[in-house]
Amino acid sequence: MKIVIMGCGRVGARLAGLLDIEGYDVTIVDTDAYSFRRLPAEFGGNALVGDGMDEDSLRKAGTEDADAFIALTQGDNRNVMGAQIAQHIFKVPRVLCRIYDPLRRELFNSLGVEAFSPTTIFAQMLKEKLEAGKEEAK
Amino acid sequence: MYIIVIGGGKVGYFLARALLDEGHEILVVEKSPARTEFIRNELGSVCVRGDGCEVATLTEAGTGRAEMFIAVTGEDEDNLVACQVAKHKFNVPRTVARINNPKNEAIFKELGIDVAVSSTNIILESIQEEVPTHSLTHLLDIRDKGLEIVELKIPADAKTVGKEIRELSMPPESRLFLIIPAQEKPRVPTASTVIQAEDQIIAITTPQSEEALRKALRGS
Repeated sequence: MKIVIMGCGRVGARLAGLLDIEGYDVTIVDTDAYSFRRLPAEFGGNALVGDGMDEDSLRKAGTEDADAFIALTQGDNRNVMGAQIAQHIFKVPRVLCRIYDPLRRELFNSLGVEAFSPTTIFAQMLKEKLEAGKEEAK
Repeated sequence: MYIIVIGGGKVGYFLARALLDEGHEILVVEKSPARTEFIRNELGSVCVRGDGCEVATLTEAGTGRAEMFIAVTGEDEDNLVACQVAKHKFNVPRTVARINNPKNEAIFKELGIDVAVSSTNIILESIQEEVPTHSLTHLLDIRDKGLEIVELKIPADAKTVGKEIRELSMPPESRLFLIIPAQEKPRVPTASTVIQAEDQIIAITTPQSEEALRKALRGS
């Protein structure tokens, strides 16, 4: 299974490492070659300097025959654009995307982008942790 | 007409000014406080500070009653998302996005933006028109019909000079409809019109036949 990841930040690099160990064919794309230092030393996939919003860069990364595409840059709008190009232009069957802004996530979910907001998920998790702790303390 | 403009840079500012002059009601949404201040000083209270991709900002801007939404920031992804939010969250009937990377024109169309204007392409084409060696200039693209109107100049050393139009092997989708000779008055060409050096020719063609048309008219 071939997976293209856009954005080699902490999450992107970590996910690339995890998927690589599992035996997936991983290509990670970032505009900054220095970001690839975050990849684990034993990473066996491809790291490609390129813009995940640029059709030609995505083609070079093999997005045309990718089974999944995951957009994980720091910019919500960049992620949304990369994800939609992967989905609508390259017809990638599974496209995931990070959107920090919960309202924007809702909108793009309704437009068919499978988006996750770390803001919402993390806030919810913290609340649950806090409440679980309170239960134990009683 | 109520028009919202996202981005108060050079393009946004001059666009807002032009639209105001035409009597439209406009609102510019700009991220930078300094730019917002500048536009307010120049144009009055027609500028709010905020992120044009954020639902909250756009709600406050009254996007629900806007008839047109124009995103002209310097970032293609911001223009795309702002227009998509306007279209799908606020049902704005017409969205226009500026694009900087010409490759994005087709992508934006595919993603539902009504009009994508490539500032880079426009600048490139205007400059190309001024370069004498450039042989074919796009005057108008009729995109929904897949046609374009182009202008060609016949160089003095072209193999076609002195030939009649019927002798040229024109591609099937192309038609010449005006010849502007260097000295004489413009005329509508017929099969027996003779091509002369320095003729300017206006033709309709398709993007696929453009190269064949150029070859037919210049003989190389």
